[in-house]
Parts: sequence; C-alpha cells; structure tokens
Amino acid sequence: MTVQTLKSLADALAQKKVSSRELASQYLDRIKAINPAINAFITVDRDGALAAADLADKAIAAGNAAALTGVPIAHKDIFCTEGVLTTCGSKMLSNFVSPYDAHVVSQLKVAGTVSLGKTNLDEFAMGSTSESSFYGAVKNPWKLDRVPGGSSGGSAAAVAAGMVPAATGTDTGGSIRQPAGLCGITGIKPTYGVVSRYGMIAYASSLDQGGPMAHTAEDCALLLNHMAGFDARDSTSLERPVEDYTADLNKPLQGLRIGLPKEYFGDGLAEDVRTAIEGALAELRKLGATTVEVSLPNTHLAIPAYYVIAPAEASSNLSRFDGVRYGHRAAQYKDLAEMYSKSRAEGFGGEVKRRILVGAYVLSHGYYDAYYIKAQQLRCLIAQDFQQALQSCDIIAGPVAPTAAWGLGQMADDPVQMYLADIYTIAVNLAGLPALSTPAGFSNEGLPVGLQLIGNYFGEARLLGAAHQLQQATDWHLRTPDIG
Amino acid sequence: MSLSLEEVGRIARLARIELTPQDAEATQAKLSGIFGLIEQMQAVDTTGIAPMSHPQDLVQRLRTDEVTETNQREAFQAVAPEAERGLYLVPKVIE
Repeated sequence: MTVQTLKSLADALAQKKVSSRELASQYLDRIKAINPAINAFITVDRDGALAAADLADKAIAAGNAAALTGVPIAHKDIFCTEGVLTTCGSKMLSNFVSPYDAHVVSQLKVAGTVSLGKTNLDEFAMGSTSESSFYGAVKNPWKLDRVPGGSSGGSAAAVAAGMVPAATGTDTGGSIRQPAGLCGITGIKPTYGVVSRYGMIAYASSLDQGGPMAHTAEDCALLLNHMAGFDARDSTSLERPVEDYTADLNKPLQGLRIGLPKEYFGDGLAEDVRTAIEGALAELRKLGATTVEVSLPNTHLAIPAYYVIAPAEASSNLSRFDGVRYGHRAAQYKDLAEMYSKSRAEGFGGEVKRRILVGAYVLSHGYYDAYYIKAQQLRCLIAQDFQQALQSCDIIAGPVAPTAAWGLGQMADDPVQMYLADIYTIAVNLAGLPALSTPAGFSNEGLPVGLQLIGNYFGEARLLGAAHQLQQATDWHLRTPDIG
Repeated sequence: MSLSLEEVGRIARLARIELTPQDAEATQAKLSGIFGLIEQMQAVDTTGIAPMSHPQDLVQRLRTDEVTETNQREAFQAVAPEAERGLYLVPKVIE
C-alpha cells in the first residue's frame, strides 16, 4: 500500500486519469476487505457514495469541477448526515437517520467531496481509545491488538489503513490529535469557533471543535478551507474574513521560534516517544527553526479542570436524549419519569453515564462554586500560561501523547488512568487554541509517534505550514501499516 | 473524596438515569476515583481570578425578528419513537 493524498487524487481527477466512480469503488472495495478486522466504519454508504461520485464525474466532464470535486472522504459518526444513519457510537442513536446535514457535511458536499460513510468513535466522543463505542472497539491498523486512540479513532484508523484518503474528526480534549498521532496521520483542531458546530452532536460545547484528518498537512489545509467559515446557526461561530489555510505551506521555517514546554517533557513521557519527538525537533532545526524552553506551569491542573467542565456541559447537552423526539425509548415503563430513566439507562453506555453523573453532581445545589466556578478559574490560568509562553516563541511543540498506542482493554476498567493519558492535549481545548499532530517517527515497537504543534489563536496556517515543511523533509507520514 | 451510595442515587435521579443496586456500587467506586482526580483543583488558591466560561470573548448575536425556518415537522417526527397527528406521544402526565 502506498499513501494516496487527497491532493494527488484531486489532480488525477482533474486530469481525467481516473473517474470519481472508479475511485469510490476502489476505496469501497478496500473497506469491504479490511474494515472487518479494524472496525473503523459504523456505516458504509455504498449507494450514496456511488451516486455522489456519478454527479462529481458529470461536473468534471462539464468543466464545473471545484478543487475537491470527486475525492472520497468519510465523516466521523458525530456529524449529522441527511438520510444516513448517525449514531454517535451510541445505542441511544442506533435508529437515528438524520433529517439534516451538519454544516461541515454540507460544506464538504458543496466542495464536491464524496462521502463513503461514517466512522466509528467513542460513544458521544467520550474517550481516548475508541473502545466505548456501542458498535465495538476500533483496532489500530499498525498493530491490531492496540487502540487507535480516540475519540476520532475510526477516522484515524480508516485513513491510516488506506480505506479513505481523509476524514472529518472532532476534538474536545484531544480527539483529533491523539488518534492522528497514534495512527501515524495528520490532524488539526482549529481555533475554537472557526468550524461551525451546527449538526455536530454536542459533548462539551465550549470545547468541541471539528477538524480534518488526512495523511498530509497539505490535505488538512485543503479540507479546512471548506470546513471553516462563519455559520449563523452556531452561536459561537466566529465572523472572520475567509482565510486560505494553504497560504503558509511553502513558507520557509527560517526564523521560526518553537517553544518547548518543560512540563511536556517530564517524567511521564515514555523514552521512545521522547527520542522520536527530539528527532522531529532536530529536523525542524535543520530547516531553520530555533527552539527555546518555555513553561506552562498549570499543565497539571488541566485534567482536573477538564473533568469538571466537560462533564458539566455534557450532562446539560445529553439531557436532550429523553426518548421523546428521537433516539432509543425503553420498551417497558409505568410513567413518564420511568420512561426517561429507563430509556437513558438502556441507551447510554457506562462511560457516558459516569460523565453525566459527574456533571450533574458538580452543577448541583451547593457544589457549583466549589467545582464549576473553580474549574473555570483554573481554565483562565491555563489560558494565560499559553499567552505567557507565546511571548517568547511563535509556536509550541511537544508530544501528543505520553506513549505510543497501548493495548486494547488495558485501561477499560480504570477511567482515571485513561484520562491522564490526555495530559498534553486537554489544555489546548480549555484555552481554545489551534493545534495539530504530525507524524514524528516510531516507537521501539514500530508504532507511530505524533508531534504536536500548538499555535496562538488563528495560527492554523502557520501550524500547517510548519508541518508541511517537516513533511517535505521527512517520510514518516508516507509510511503505512502492513495490512495488505 | 468518596461519594456515598445515597449521593450516587441522588445524582442518578437528578440525571434521570435508572441505576440498579449493583450498578450503583460499581458506579460509586468509579466516581470516587474521578472525584479524587478532580479534588486536586482545591489545592490552588484562585481568589480574585475571573472564571473563564469560554475561549472567545463573544457577545450573542441578534437577528431581526422574522421567520427564517421552514416547517419540517414531518421530517423531524419521522425519527420520533412515537408520534401521531403531528404530536409526540408520551405516557399520560396529567390525571
């Protein structure tokens, strides 16, 4: 298997070397052959994909093609897709055929992309391993007994295994960057507010942000150009001038100051991950960047603050699943209250219930100040840390995760241990900053390691440019797992 | 910090999630672990620090007061567990 980038496929389509229908068929056949072992897809929409591919081929023949017309993609199953099952990895939505498209989905349709289906995820995006899905765990294509990371593990595994050239993801505490890192692909979480949340099933609304996942930084930039933009249907969508995220791809790294937070290189970091990250940083220095130590002193508070704020927002957001308007309804109940409590007990899995309960507790009478307000104050300190650090550097770099992919089931009974693995990603969401993961070599076992680049607000183009320059000088992003 | 079984039962009722007695015990153990993690927050003095509710300093947009949505009742109710004549059906609430 060799890496097929979205860019190379778009060029081949434009030059009529291949049709969109041929491409869609090839990828659908690969999904059929490989997905049973990896479980990256919940729904494969063969008929819809072929119909969209035929429309794309007509547009290309008529000379009406846009930049991405006819390229296959997949959507994380958290994005509502009209007429296609949208489960969010939950039994609660096992029968939910969405009556409308998410903004991201409609934007990518307008751009001409062909959706092959919906990718697997942790239930309601609550997890770091993609094991909590009602539809079964996703396997890491690099080693099938390892997790792919999460929550966008299906998107990451599907791209890494060559089942689709690119996919959408969402990132609330690392859910794009960490699976991208653990599966050896590129993924970016934009600045909060850049990508509309309309039709993206809500987990923690002040943290949730959609973004692209693909083999290369260039592909992510091409997708982000279509995913980003103001949408009045999202109350926190930012009204900004349209930006070209490919603008800095070819900008030399000469003079780029990269801050290395000492807290991201401490005791918890596995030695083989540290070695890989240092190798990637050495490449960036060869390209003309300089590195400087910085400090993010409140890093250790990010996880406790996140596990108050995210569950609080989740308990509110997930109150909409009551078995009345959509979703699972229990078969047996004696009154309305029991219908709610049984439908929710049956429809939600263990981790989702735990987070709803934590949220209900921290928001309940008498605890609000001690937990929720306290966590928001820490959030302020964490955001200030980044602004302080970014005084002495242009971007911040470090690992995405403390280790390479761990074993399936290894953390299944210990949620706290799993939470701690998000130590390097969560603070970025609390601050609302953009950050990406780009391949940075391999662990001792040959598993991918991701380098995280964090920028200041609206620094996406600069981050993608730095990752692109690194990818021009290295071939880690072109390596593929040995799965036929 | 550890939660009592009574507290677990109380928040499960608040959250409208039915918990069997066996579930409640397993949940109690895991929630206590999570609150152990959360408690680390209390070691920090945050006096005088403004709570940050949101990454962006936003004000809610206003729009003109006019109809912008079209009626999609049929499409939306097609996915409802039980709907009839345009109404969502639930167990009898008022005697």
